[in-house]
Amino acid sequence: MDFPDDLQYTRDHEWCRVQGKRATVGITDHAQDALGDIVYLELPAVGDEVKKGEAFGVVESTKAVSDLFAPVSGKVVEVNSPLADAPEAINEDPYEEGWMIQIEMSDPKELSDLLAKAAYQKFVEEDAE
Amino acid sequence: MANPTGWKPSMEKESGSGGTAGDVGAGGATRGLAYEEPLVFEHAASERVGASLPAVTGKVDPAKEIPAALLRGEIEGMPSLAELDVVRHFTRLSTWNHGIDTGFYPLGSCTMKYNPKSSEAAARLPGFAAAHPLLPDEMCQGSLELMFKLERALSEISGFAATTISPAAGAHGELTGVMMIRAYHLARGNARKKVLIPDTAHGTNPATAALNGYRTVEVKSGPDGRLHPEAVKAAMDEEVAAIMITNPNTLGVFESDIAAIAEIVHAKGGLVYGDGANLNALLGVARPGDMGFDVMQFNLHKTFATPHGGGGPGSGPVAVKASLVPFLPLPLVVQEGPAYRLVTDPKERPQSIGRLREFHGNMGMFVRAWALIRELGPEGLRRCAELAVLNANYVRARLRDVYHLPYETDSLHEVVFTDKLQKGADISTMDVAKRLIDHGFHPPTVYFPLVVSGALMIEPTETEAKETLDAFVAGMRAIAEQARSDPDGLHAAPQKPVRARLDEVRAARKPVLRWTPGMKVE
Amino acid sequence: MRYHPHTPEDVRQMLEAIGAPSLESLFRSIPEGLRLRRPLDVPAAADEIALLAELSRLAARNRVEHPPFVGAGAYPHHVPPAVDQLLLRGEFFTAYTPYQPEVSQGTLQALFEWQTFVTLLTGLEVSNASMYDGATAMAEAALMATRLTDRSKVVVSAAVHPSYRAVLATYLVSTGDEIVTVPYGDDGRTDLQALAQAVDGKTAAVILGYPNFFGVVDALPEAAALARKAGAVTVSVTSEAVALGLLEAPGKLGADVAVGTMQSFGAGLQFGGPAAGFLALRQDAIRQMPGRVCGATVDKQGRRGFVLTLSTREQHIRREKATSNICTNAGLMALAATIHLSLLGKKGLHQLARVNFERARLLRDAMQRQGFGLRFTGPTFNEMAFEVGDAAAVVARLAKQGVAAGAPLARWYPQDARMKGALLCVATELHTPELIELFARSVKG
Repeated sequence: MDFPDDLQYTRDHEWCRVQGKRATVGITDHAQDALGDIVYLELPAVGDEVKKGEAFGVVESTKAVSDLFAPVSGKVVEVNSPLADAPEAINEDPYEEGWMIQIEMSDPKELSDLLAKAAYQKFVEEDAE
Repeated sequence: MANPTGWKPSMEKESGSGGTAGDVGAGGATRGLAYEEPLVFEHAASERVGASLPAVTGKVDPAKEIPAALLRGEIEGMPSLAELDVVRHFTRLSTWNHGIDTGFYPLGSCTMKYNPKSSEAAARLPGFAAAHPLLPDEMCQGSLELMFKLERALSEISGFAATTISPAAGAHGELTGVMMIRAYHLARGNARKKVLIPDTAHGTNPATAALNGYRTVEVKSGPDGRLHPEAVKAAMDEEVAAIMITNPNTLGVFESDIAAIAEIVHAKGGLVYGDGANLNALLGVARPGDMGFDVMQFNLHKTFATPHGGGGPGSGPVAVKASLVPFLPLPLVVQEGPAYRLVTDPKERPQSIGRLREFHGNMGMFVRAWALIRELGPEGLRRCAELAVLNANYVRARLRDVYHLPYETDSLHEVVFTDKLQKGADISTMDVAKRLIDHGFHPPTVYFPLVVSGALMIEPTETEAKETLDAFVAGMRAIAEQARSDPDGLHAAPQKPVRARLDEVRAARKPVLRWTPGMKVE
Repeated sequence: MRYHPHTPEDVRQMLEAIGAPSLESLFRSIPEGLRLRRPLDVPAAADEIALLAELSRLAARNRVEHPPFVGAGAYPHHVPPAVDQLLLRGEFFTAYTPYQPEVSQGTLQALFEWQTFVTLLTGLEVSNASMYDGATAMAEAALMATRLTDRSKVVVSAAVHPSYRAVLATYLVSTGDEIVTVPYGDDGRTDLQALAQAVDGKTAAVILGYPNFFGVVDALPEAAALARKAGAVTVSVTSEAVALGLLEAPGKLGADVAVGTMQSFGAGLQFGGPAAGFLALRQDAIRQMPGRVCGATVDKQGRRGFVLTLSTREQHIRREKATSNICTNAGLMALAATIHLSLLGKKGLHQLARVNFERARLLRDAMQRQGFGLRFTGPTFNEMAFEVGDAAAVVARLAKQGVAAGAPLARWYPQDARMKGALLCVATELHTPELIELFARSVKG
């Protein structure tokens, strides 16, 4: 299972890549593996406000459905719209092609609640037991 | 168009499914004459007719009475086939199916018992089959009497005061039951906000609660697979309208603390809803109405063997305690002297939750269920429970050394195993299920209940003989053995049916939900 | 007991394998205080001969010697024997929901064909795999419209089947959605002026019968235009699906959702159930569709096959967030309708619809000769309301002769004085010209 060093993670298995005030968000390798082949995705529109810890979208495989939780609060400034027609990118490349939304953070302090790679990896391993 | 199904002559060999003489599954599965069959819309366009109808005289012209914009002629795309074409089409399709009539169907929690043929004969008696639902009462006394007697019998079997038989299926019955619960609370001034649901529950329970505007609160079952009074006590407060409990639960385990749980719920003014999906285990042995349940739905297709026909129809009567009788939906049948009367006017039942069906319910299912109850009698009904529980426990005893049994607690009518012992060889529940097909058995319910990882839920029912169970056990054991010796062979299962594993991901990503001319699915 | 195959020796061996001393001991997890210690109080067991004799006696207490002249949501039609004989194939009849597609291709392909027939009849793009009945399909359509529009007002014509509206009211009690009922005019069609006033920016759905409860072909295009302007979903409701063999498809007239029952195809009357409800809609609404749906795909070897799909909308996966709690539907009745429609085919369906139209005109003429005019002036298909004086008395009188005369509309519309004499009657291919003539004379008395 691959968890890049430069990302921060939530306990709901989203990742977050921070560049300045912007945070790019997707789901982790572990999450896509647990869900199985992803067939459908519901994302917010550009301009929508999202709130840390609250659902911003839905991801579905053939047998499971899961809410997507925002790692940080803010305004959605970009949406990976090609995913709607090719959700398999989330399975194939969760950290690059499979990114979902970009949030302009309203409170970057919220980032301190996220997990670094090692902590997330430990969380996933403990969860498996 | 010539071969829209994608079948090629070489495939029999390639798939290894040629069916050599020695290749017989434990349940006797081989291959016989098997046909590829296109969609009914894909048969060569012709001018044939498959129906015999009175001629159109042409003396009246619809265009003179109905605006032209609202009229149409023949519908393009409809088939044009002779009767034999249609008969062969559906006969061939039927051979692609597995039913109880073909073989063992141990689908847990679905209670796939034998569907008696005499019930079919009864439902086809012209007096029942040709009766219009709006016949004046005096013209349909036979139907009303049967409905009345069935209602009485169901109330007795379940231990409740009265039963509405109109709901269309189990989930519809749940909806009816929770609507009555809501009406009951509302009549006391407060509909309340929450419904408690154990983690072993069918998905219909939380969906039903949500449809009634309730928030669901999950209650965890204990390490023995049972619901514990302390867990209910911790979740229970005066915002809770009801708890929905399946008993025996979906692990096949009897909730032996049910009386204490009901007391806890009642003490805070809540009601106890019983999902009767697993009532088969209790027939004549114990009655939900005597355990503290206030309301319970039946699934006639399960407990009383009305045919499920590939997904329905069902029938979901709901039985209630006296405190809920005023809220029963309409219509109801009452007896007045020697005659029966259909109560349809809400004025007679001002507290009724209203109507749930366009007419009175699935009468065809009532006749079948009543026919079975009549043939079984009190001893036969109890015998159903005894033999269903015997069969499940026999399978449990004979498989527990090769499949992981997640709960040691006593099983009633069904037993849940998991794929834990096979996981090492990378064999999952799905592989086991698909390989069972090659052996000639319908797979058990898989991946349910959700609290058990890789669940295989087996419910044999009472109508299966020991030889069938022995053959099934042999198949299951052979698969456990194959998981060690030939895991790849298991991944490739099933080999024998008309189709190999189907691509469900493709179906969901690019939905094709109807035929269109020239349709290609590749 | 013929359905219980266990011999005493089988039971002994099985108990031994289990390690249990008796059948009774298998139930030890049920506390003694909860056990039933007496036989159930139901009639003693009957053998097959006695059983069938008893049920035949009961069935004979129903009077069905003549085809009923009442429709009102359940229509007497000829069902070719081929339908029932195919339906009785045990592989169809005794199968469960097709959760294992490899051994359920028969059911699945038939459902795919059903979905196609529904789209052909309704002119919409997608159909689900069936609903319980027409009334619950309509209630589900209303709930779907509230989700699609995020609005909470449902506008329904008073000319929609009263029982359907009653079911809608039952369903909407707990969701808090509002129902506004719009009156009908003297032509039996929905009052478009009243409709225009009722439909606004809060309206989720506009619901119309097509044909409506009075047998009248309602103003669907006009209503749909009003709804579209307000951003509401138009739902057409059809109980007499044979009408769709002659009338333009609701989807072509602006309906976004078409619901109803296919009872007219393959189901027979059965005292009102079971029959297959249907629900069809536009492609863009499928994520909000209730119930199962079958889709085409391929197997590992590239052969076409069918599976249940888009199941994440459903209760077994989405649980409390599901689009509906429906699980079991009316699959077998959908198969019955599919077989019947396949037999009828392109020519047969149109012919059947034309014959129904003609027979209803024979009925109208015969009734007019006896002095009974029409209650409504709007266009009709095979059902119409006649002015017969005291409709309830006519029904009671003809019942004595074993004839189901029709539906006295005052029963459903007690407030409307115009309805006192209105008797809603149907004529189908089962009503021969001779029978129709006899009937009209009997109504006269």
